[in-house]
Amino acid sequence: MAGGRGETLILQEKKSLNWGWPLAQLRKAIKNSIVILAMLVIWEAAPRAGLVNTTFLPPVTEVAAAWWQLLLSGDLAEHMGASLARSMGGFLLAILISIPLGLAIGWWKPVSEYLNPLLELMRNTAALAILPVFILLLGLGETSKVAIVLYACLFPLLLNTISGVKNVDPLLIKSARSMGLSPVSLFRKVIIPASLPTIFVGIRQAGASSILVLVAAEMVGATSGLGYLIQYSQFSFLIPQMYAGIITISVIGVILNFLLVNLEKRLTGWKQSYRE
Amino acid sequence: MTAKISIRHVQKSFRIRRSPGQHSEHQHALSDIHLEVRQGEFMVIVGPSGCGKSTLLDLLAGLTRPDSGQLLLDGKEIAGPDLDRGIVFQQYALFPWKTALANVEFGLEAKGISRRERRETARHYISLVGLSGFEHRYPYELSGGMKQRVAIARSLAYDPEVLLMDEPFAALDAQTRETLQSELLRIWEATGKTIIFITHGIDEAVYLGQRVAVMSSRPGRIKQIVDIPFQSRRNEEDLRSNPEFVRLRHEIWELLKDEVSRAQEQEKQKTLDSFGGKETLLKGGA
Ligand SMILES: Nc1ncnc2c1ncn2[C@@H]1O[C@H](COP(=O)(O)OP(=O)(O)OP(=O)(O)O)[C@@H](O)[C@H]1O
Ligand SMILES: [Mg+2]
Repeated sequence: MAGGRGETLILQEKKSLNWGWPLAQLRKAIKNSIVILAMLVIWEAAPRAGLVNTTFLPPVTEVAAAWWQLLLSGDLAEHMGASLARSMGGFLLAILISIPLGLAIGWWKPVSEYLNPLLELMRNTAALAILPVFILLLGLGETSKVAIVLYACLFPLLLNTISGVKNVDPLLIKSARSMGLSPVSLFRKVIIPASLPTIFVGIRQAGASSILVLVAAEMVGATSGLGYLIQYSQFSFLIPQMYAGIITISVIGVILNFLLVNLEKRLTGWKQSYRE
Repeated sequence: MTAKISIRHVQKSFRIRRSPGQHSEHQHALSDIHLEVRQGEFMVIVGPSGCGKSTLLDLLAGLTRPDSGQLLLDGKEIAGPDLDRGIVFQQYALFPWKTALANVEFGLEAKGISRRERRETARHYISLVGLSGFEHRYPYELSGGMKQRVAIARSLAYDPEVLLMDEPFAALDAQTRETLQSELLRIWEATGKTIIFITHGIDEAVYLGQRVAVMSSRPGRIKQIVDIPFQSRRNEEDLRSNPEFVRLRHEIWELLKDEVSRAQEQEKQKTLDSFGGKETLLKGGA
């Protein structure tokens, strides 16, 4: 067969790439962490050297100690649990509602054309701007907090799902139809997998905003949660605790994003990555 | 022999908008196409770019409907797509989230064949198109020619009675193309499938076709049908140097020449290039 030699060459190349794997992995780990490590060093050194006021920016070790205290006392777990329950609740609820809804709207073109301007408008209405409305309607309890997260997650998810469905390559639909697929299997076997990458853009956007919005909401009227912890620590002048809360939120955000990116890679690994 | 496919006075036009905001107008893509393809025949269609070849194939696949006229398969009007016709699209149309093997299995899945059998059949056709070892590659990991071969394997795998092929070998290198040409002839001879094959290569048309239909520039009509009276095509080297082969190639080239320049005037685009460059045409004329 023509090209046979080229094919074995490609296979060998892959293998030799695999050989260099541990070294490349190590290099990547260094690349990823070096700047953060440098920043931590500066954070430690600057207050100690008297470059910044230790009251407002305590050294990182002090913050770490405060964090450890919070962890041991069980306060951290409590606040984190409260926050995660709210943001994950709203986030998952948004996924449950907007992905099926988005699939339906996207497939039904006339509907999406009518609805899109409204959805765009609502997406661009900052969730926090209507937080007072939610509090007015739903009170200060859990409901209004989950609702605000739900609201913030709904629109990126919905809009991305709709555009994912609308932008499925018509040629793929044509190809599937030529093999006599029924509309239902066409939807299941072609439309959904083809729009998955775009849906995932929405999922990641929603995941990020679920935490962002929640923390802000918890600063307004709450008696638990990481947002409350930060706000309360600041009022009580427990500055290391405040930073401990802030860092916890950042780390949660990073972990969530990491999990979502990994899930995305697993589900849409067929997509060409241009970075390689 | 009876007609497997009859295309009767088929017209098709598209609504197009010359510029955004302007009123749409009709553009005739096919005008009064009339063609009968016999059971088990290898019919090749050639014509200038944009003359409506792919449009005609879509109609035969049942993906679109004609504005007027009829398309019959075994005497019955084509109502929609079905697995009795296999289509190889000009732009591969592989599912990017499926591996080569899973792509080939797709049509078999639609046919309701068991998983085990599906896998076996798909493997067989993958190796037939020379892609053994690439079963688990995703389309983005394959070259254009490899994708084209997967698409060919996919349409062969579910064993349709009629194969509709839109420039299936255009993206291949000369050696692979020749291998697949003779492979296709072998499959055709062994299975008795009816094949409608679109190509830009005049050599390929004469080599493969029992008849070659030459289409006019847009709006497409069948300008003339050229009979290719070779009995056996297996020995290609002999065939290409056969004086009859050279004569037929020249005849088709002459028929196409005017249409191509008319299409060029129409569209002011490099249609000649898509015919494999001027060399092919000049060689054909020599
Ligand atoms: N969906 C469509 N909407 C509007 N116009 C179309 C559509 N599909 C095809 N056309 C037009 O119909 C004409 C025929 O197109 P077609 O794709 O059938 O040409 P072709 O003969 O296959 O050309 P090529 O050899 O370049 O593949 C062209 O002028 C094209 O612009
Ligand atoms: Mg075409």
